[in-house]
Amino acid sequence: MLYFSRAKTFGIMLLCGLGILLSLPNLSARPSFWPGFLPWNQVHMGLDLRGGSYLLLQIDTSAIVKQDLNALVDQTRQTLRNAGLGYTGLHADLAGNQVVLHPLEGQGPQAMTALQKLITYTPGSSSPSVALSQAADGSIAIAIPQATQAARNSQAVDQAITIIQRRIDGSGVLNPSIQRQGKDQIVVQLPGISDPERVKTLIGTTAHMTFQMVDSTAAPGPVAPLGDEQLPMADNPQQTLDVYSNVAVDGASLENAQASTDPQSGQWVVNFSLNALGARQFADVTTANVGKLFAIVLDGKIIEAPVIREPITGGSGQISGNFTAQSATDLALLLRAGALPAPLNIVEEQSVGPELGADAIRAGALALGAGFVFVLAFMGTFYGLFGWFANIALVMNLFLMLAILSVMGATLTLPGMAGILLTLGMAVDANVLINERVREEVKNGRKPLAALEAGYKRAYGTIIDSNVTTLLAHVTLFIFGSPPVRGFAVTICAGIITTMFTATVLVRLLTGRWYISRRPASLPV
Amino acid sequence: MFYRPLFRFVPDGTKIRFMNGRFAGLIVSAVLSTASIALFFYPGLNLGLDFRGGVVLQVQTQLPADFPALRTALADAGLKDASLQAFGQGGNGVLISLESRDNAAATQTSIQEAQTALAKAAPGFKILSTQAIGASVSQQLFAQGLEALGLSFVMILAYIWFRFEWQFAVGAVATLVLDTTKTIGFMVLTRIPFDLVTIAAILTIIGYSTNDKVVVYDRVRENLRKYKSMPLRGLIDLSINETLNRTLGTSGTVFLAALPLALFGGHALSGFAWIMLFGIVVGTSSSIFIAAPILLFLGEHRLRRSAAPAKVSDK
Repeated sequence: MLYFSRAKTFGIMLLCGLGILLSLPNLSARPSFWPGFLPWNQVHMGLDLRGGSYLLLQIDTSAIVKQDLNALVDQTRQTLRNAGLGYTGLHADLAGNQVVLHPLEGQGPQAMTALQKLITYTPGSSSPSVALSQAADGSIAIAIPQATQAARNSQAVDQAITIIQRRIDGSGVLNPSIQRQGKDQIVVQLPGISDPERVKTLIGTTAHMTFQMVDSTAAPGPVAPLGDEQLPMADNPQQTLDVYSNVAVDGASLENAQASTDPQSGQWVVNFSLNALGARQFADVTTANVGKLFAIVLDGKIIEAPVIREPITGGSGQISGNFTAQSATDLALLLRAGALPAPLNIVEEQSVGPELGADAIRAGALALGAGFVFVLAFMGTFYGLFGWFANIALVMNLFLMLAILSVMGATLTLPGMAGILLTLGMAVDANVLINERVREEVKNGRKPLAALEAGYKRAYGTIIDSNVTTLLAHVTLFIFGSPPVRGFAVTICAGIITTMFTATVLVRLLTGRWYISRRPASLPV
Repeated sequence: MFYRPLFRFVPDGTKIRFMNGRFAGLIVSAVLSTASIALFFYPGLNLGLDFRGGVVLQVQTQLPADFPALRTALADAGLKDASLQAFGQGGNGVLISLESRDNAAATQTSIQEAQTALAKAAPGFKILSTQAIGASVSQQLFAQGLEALGLSFVMILAYIWFRFEWQFAVGAVATLVLDTTKTIGFMVLTRIPFDLVTIAAILTIIGYSTNDKVVVYDRVRENLRKYKSMPLRGLIDLSINETLNRTLGTSGTVFLAALPLALFGGHALSGFAWIMLFGIVVGTSSSIFIAAPILLFLGEHRLRRSAAPAKVSDK
């Protein structure tokens, strides 16, 4: 057991050398002689160590359902009107995800036929856009099938990801990561940002802009007249204005938006331009309503409601709320990036400032260093020479762990640092078991070589048992754990694998070389 | 000093009659575990942010933090549920915890309200970290955490069951349950928050404690083959004494590694580390005082019959 062939020895040394080499990227800058075929991978620092924000966003699917049903109500109305059919009680049934109506007496079959037009198929999908059914009392239900709705929600998440990406890119945050999670969640990771509140506002704002005419004929009061809606002013929510529900121009027609200062007042404004369709609508509305108030609405709040002085036909305009440089820039960015398909809620947030991350690294490194020294000192004094062999292997273990984590591109979190420390403490356990066994064999009167052989051979079963239990526990933890805990489980699992190598094979090689060169009459146990 | 060992925990040939204390060990353990279960129901675990939802802001004030003023400012801002706690050295660190809100928007609003209140009460403050977890997410995390804990437990049990005769398995499993309940009692008493990280600690302890049992049980098995006629009681005592340096050695190294983490690992990890330290002590002592006596009670005859013809193994 103590004899290693040349090839085997060489293989072990090669593995150790490779481990040191691959862990180098974490310790120094890339040297010029680094060969191109070797990866230069570092362990990534988790957000809890380097600072930054982790946001878990959930898309409000009920808003999508509501939007879609409202659109379906409009379509239904249009379809029946075109067919010259009458109906009563047309409404959206949110809970049933359907639109319900009563056709006029005797027009049921015609209505059903006319409404067939609403059934369309998106390419690549087997699920129809809507499903028609008629109840016993003659009422017709136009339902959105579950599969269609699911596809719609999924599409909304994809759309939201694209828009968030644009918004974050525009805000100057470097290396963001935006990923979908599950059916309706998005994970956004923003390393190194110092002002999470600003980014949260950027991401969390739906930014749906509309231009609506103010209803100056509405009587003041808490209830808006039919066809109107009452919206609060953005800077003063107590103050409200009645505007026509009918949208004059939708923000979807925005082509560009830029923040700048107004040359006359010196105030921050947002200049926008509309596409051809929007420009035409804008021109029509402003021509017809000179002298009236015109509300610019963002997410249900009125930013400003200026008087239309003259028709605006060029397709561009200016918004001048009470902006600061920052808020004007951000609004322009939001308008450029487009509106989210549905509101996003921040359901989880973890933001760590850079100072705290640095503190955590310092504390972790101190604990790691102290723990390492304690274990080395213990092994050295408790087992003498064989303890030092184990210590050499332990240092090697650290390099190998770092190498594995680097190559995997794993993320080192604070719990992960604790995992490394624990692995170091557990790694020498195998050597404790071996050394104790060797010692026993010596006491039982075996010769040095026989004692060493027996010691290694007999301790293996126990070592394997104990490592398998730990490995099992942490693989499960990795599969079912959340990101920070995964960092812990990954380091422990990587540690167990490297430990099996260093604590048994490497130490055996060291012990074997020592024995063959010295041929000691007794073992230092 | 680099060649020969300098010290041992116990000298060779130590003959402590551990099994004389078998009743004492089991009774003490049973009492502690029962008390822990009682503590689990009242006052109960201090759920961490992961599992209870809510907001925790880690704030650094420019001047030493004036807690009464901060409390008043937060209460005036409508955050009556805010609880404050000092952290770090120098008296500039404040942890502000808010309870879970009904929805995500309300949670974000409460963070903004807290910042406005802080700006008034402690000008020049800095927010070191913000953690906010919504009610639905915390429930999801809680379920996931318990699932991970339960599944790992089952995996370890399955392995022990597969690997050892059932008498050993029963002993190991009973001990693990006792160890885990005590750890929970320890967490209730110390108010260390129960969260995802501490679940990882509990799991690590379970794995570790199992390793310890494996060492002792392997030796008992070996001695059962070696000394065919020795009474089981003496044989277990012998096995424990023989493995005592091993048990203490393996526990000692992990204890030494975790100790600095508990002392200066920072407030995020010290809870984790204290649970580890507690678990190592409990796990090591339970190998001797719980797992071994259970083996003894399960009976010599049955064990010998099942162990003697067991396949020859090289332990």
